[in-house]
Amino acid sequence: MMRRFAPMEDLDRTGRRTTSGLKPRSHGRLGVLFAAVVLIAAACSTSSTSPSSSGAVGASATTTSSAAPSGSSAVGGAPIALKISANAVVGGKNDLAAEWITTYVIPTFQQMMAAQGKNVTVTFAGSGAADEDYKTQLGLDFTTGGGADVIVGLDDIWVGEFAEAGYIKPLNQVGGAAVDSWDGWSQISQAAQDDMSYNGQRFGIASGLDGRVLYFNKDVMAAAGLPADWQPKSWADIITAAQAIKAKEPGVTPLQINAGTAMGEATTAQGFLPLLVGTGVNIYDATTKKWQGNTPQIQNVLKFYQQIYGGSGLGDPQIQLAAKGRDQSFLEFSQKKIGILLEGDYLWRSVINPKGGIDPEADRDTNIGYSLIPAMTPGSGIKGQDFVSISGGGGSVLNPNTKAPAEAWALLAFMSSKDAVTASVSKQVRITMRTDVNAATLAQDPLLTFVSTKVFPITAVRPGLAVYDQVSQALQLASQEVVAGKSPADAATDYQNALTKLVGADHIASGG
Amino acid sequence: MRGTGPASTVRGEPSESELVVRRFLGRVAFYVFIVIVGAFFALPMVWLVLAPFDAHPTLNAALPDFTLGNFGDVLKDPYALSSLGVSILLAVGTMLLVVVLAAPAAYALSRVRLPGRDLLLYLLLLFSSIVTGTAAMVPLFLLIFDLGLTDTHLGVVLVLAGGLVPAGIFILKDFVDSIPTSYEESARLFGASSFQILRDIVLPYARPGLAVIAVWVMVNVWGNFLIPFILLRTPSSQPAAVVIYNFYTEGGQADLRLISTFGLLYSIPVVVMYLFVNRRYGFRFYGGLKG
Amino acid sequence: MGASNATAVLPKRAAAAFVAPAFVLIAVFLIFPALWTLFLGLTDYALTGAQALHPQVVGAANYATALSDPRLLNSLWVTFVYVFGSAIVGQAVLGFILAWTLRAWRGPVRSAVEILVILAWIIPGSVVAFLWIAFLDTKEGTLNGLLGNAAIPWLFSWPLLSIIVVNIWRGTAFSMLLFGGALTTVPPSQLEAARLAGASGWQQIRDIVLPSIRGHILTNLLLISLWTFNDFAPFLITAGGPNFATDTLPVYIFRNAFRNLQFGYGAAISTIMLLINLVIGLAYLRVLRARD
Repeated sequence: MMRRFAPMEDLDRTGRRTTSGLKPRSHGRLGVLFAAVVLIAAACSTSSTSPSSSGAVGASATTTSSAAPSGSSAVGGAPIALKISANAVVGGKNDLAAEWITTYVIPTFQQMMAAQGKNVTVTFAGSGAADEDYKTQLGLDFTTGGGADVIVGLDDIWVGEFAEAGYIKPLNQVGGAAVDSWDGWSQISQAAQDDMSYNGQRFGIASGLDGRVLYFNKDVMAAAGLPADWQPKSWADIITAAQAIKAKEPGVTPLQINAGTAMGEATTAQGFLPLLVGTGVNIYDATTKKWQGNTPQIQNVLKFYQQIYGGSGLGDPQIQLAAKGRDQSFLEFSQKKIGILLEGDYLWRSVINPKGGIDPEADRDTNIGYSLIPAMTPGSGIKGQDFVSISGGGGSVLNPNTKAPAEAWALLAFMSSKDAVTASVSKQVRITMRTDVNAATLAQDPLLTFVSTKVFPITAVRPGLAVYDQVSQALQLASQEVVAGKSPADAATDYQNALTKLVGADHIASGG
Repeated sequence: MRGTGPASTVRGEPSESELVVRRFLGRVAFYVFIVIVGAFFALPMVWLVLAPFDAHPTLNAALPDFTLGNFGDVLKDPYALSSLGVSILLAVGTMLLVVVLAAPAAYALSRVRLPGRDLLLYLLLLFSSIVTGTAAMVPLFLLIFDLGLTDTHLGVVLVLAGGLVPAGIFILKDFVDSIPTSYEESARLFGASSFQILRDIVLPYARPGLAVIAVWVMVNVWGNFLIPFILLRTPSSQPAAVVIYNFYTEGGQADLRLISTFGLLYSIPVVVMYLFVNRRYGFRFYGGLKG
Repeated sequence: MGASNATAVLPKRAAAAFVAPAFVLIAVFLIFPALWTLFLGLTDYALTGAQALHPQVVGAANYATALSDPRLLNSLWVTFVYVFGSAIVGQAVLGFILAWTLRAWRGPVRSAVEILVILAWIIPGSVVAFLWIAFLDTKEGTLNGLLGNAAIPWLFSWPLLSIIVVNIWRGTAFSMLLFGGALTTVPPSQLEAARLAGASGWQQIRDIVLPSIRGHILTNLLLISLWTFNDFAPFLITAGGPNFATDTLPVYIFRNAFRNLQFGYGAAISTIMLLINLVIGLAYLRVLRARD
């Protein structure tokens, strides 16, 4: 009953718990308490709970992880059961991904294996939850040594946390030598490989990258006397355009840049960080191992937020503070009630897409323009760039506890192959991790082509460190404080205090 | 709401006409009150009734651009209907378990004098508030895992029941407390066993209390997202409280068309269950206890 | 409330047999995980990151962090206002008024009102959140529409009041039902006698009804304040905002435990919440005992 905190070393190669499981090594104190609690519970309950033996419970971990709904029966050869999990579900969230896995990946892969004389059965465990909830589910599964063999849809920013918890391991440690010799790596850009790496080791295969741009309603811009191919060169240009919209189009919110805690990571990735890289720094410097604290750059970003939301009327602070503010910003943008919006390609593909978007905009292709996000001033961006962006994505990992590591890797490699990835974009184009697939498919879509050709060369990624998620929340809070009326200087001080607790004063750059 | 307060008695006997006027005003005040309360409770629900039939619903409760297509789209989710069945299974299962366990316990705790009994019950209530919160997620998950009940509905029912039984006992005990013991005493004189007394005398009297508990448990289980979400893994075994999140996009955005439609489907069974329990067992006993 | 002289009614052994099954369930699925959670409050356990692999016992450090966090104090205050406004004042008073005014009524008016109140109680929480977000929406909400396109940003300008009203809407049914049941235990003969003696409605309530259903009132207050204290529903409507205006303790815990996955810290706050609830409960029980 108390093997819970048993670290991964207590699991043997097959994921079965070793018999030493009853005395957790590094957590003696926890164990003692749990033992005491078990005794209390046992004393109260006598008969009802007696998990037969630790071996049996360990075995149950492996059975639940692989055999649950498959109904597979051995037809000769040793049957191998694999499970794929994804935060996608047929008929619901990420419908296309779920459909791709169930109707393409699984049957094709099973045939492939059968051709090699292997009896492999693959099942799919989908989920339709919020990403954060899916993350919790994964974490819980990993604590018991369970979970699917191939896990799809691991957000890039979780890689560090999961790796440090020992939940995932470098791919070549799980899948063996076949991983490093895989021919697919040559088609995956370094940025996409780095996206799913931690401490220089590849923990998974990315499934794609996205990028952020400034979207604008051409109708609104025209009414304000702005060109249909508007391309601001600095933050000041953005403000000027917003003021022009405010002057000419009173019913329209001129400019919306994500801020606040309610939008979660969307605030950081589609708001704060694209601005911050325009001031010349990224949030974390890998060479000095320092995070941006109360620096002039952070303050400049907060001052820009204040220009937008601090009473100027250029942006709508309510959207940033409301629980479902991002939904609202999407809806209003699709209704031409927001002039300029900083968002990722998700907005284009899944929100305002006239075919199947949530807030379909019939004249998207003619009315919606997009431009690169300018640095604060020309040349002030990271690496001296004039324009900047932030990219992110997710990918698939192998469960280190898989009973069939070779076949699990084969499955992951197949899912990342040219044919499989091409099949995955057959119904809706997106930017995949594979350059060969992108070259063949993106031409149909101007925005995605724009992102992959114009944005990717100048983009930056978020640090894949375990603490990033909490730093990100501190940034969201700082932006929220400014939107709610605090001065940028005070918000930056609060942020620095929070950051000190997270990473320690030694790892903070607060110069200036 | 009736009468106009102590002032009338100070003034002495009111005249006949005054009484008539006062009764009339009281009646008007009563109806005004009822209309306001009714509107307060009804208005927010209008959206739920209209939006599912609207081809392009917004947050506005407007007369719909009528369609039944939303229902078809919702049913494209292979788990939409089955999840309602799972919800019923979990709700009824938990309800039965809670009622079967809480009723005898409430009776016993009502009739046996134990020092610190009320405090003990209250401590259990407090613990239940911890376990139903988010902080106990990891212990609950690992407990169910060790019992081999991961991905089973039994595990969900046991955890939910464990959190609801204390409050069930608490509520029922009040009902049992108000039943006079004289019936039980005379039954015992005729040789009835404790179980017979519980079944034939106490439970019938506590029936409105049982009905309240039953509905309360079902309502709680029906809306519970967290416990089934962390304990179940197979999509087809998830209840509606979890499946409703299928109708959000990859960006976490709600599809109003599907959400409102599924929300309506999701609400109907629990309403029907309430009506059934209410009709069959009643929420109260009219006329009160005789004697 | 004849429990006092009743040992003869139920032999001790039978009583033990009646209690045992419930307590077995409670021991395994309530006490055990709850104690475990209390213990987690003394550790830095997190679901991910290095603390997942090597959790350390940190003693009172979580509590020190909590008490130095101004947001926790904010949460305590918000929770207090929320509980007092929505449970004690709102649900209990409105629930009693409804139970009292409807008690003598039969027919469609009573059924209609009751079913509306009860519907609000049994509609699933996630659906309720949507209903109210739609109802209170600034630009398209039904409420502002009724007020002549007022465009009042309710959830922004009156966030705490809004969630208090939502919780009154949501929870009044329980109080109404419990009081409805309780009122039937008031001997009609006493009410009749009082009425014949010329007592007004309020006097009947004050002098006869309230004293005789005091136990039910306290049970009700105890339960609804505890439930409201632990109510997570505001998160679905306001996500704790704007700017923490509706950041009740359960939302605070949710942010730390479920979103940040800091289960040690979340457990510590849960413990603090438990202690506060304990104090509230002891106060109620004191009043309850005073009645005997």
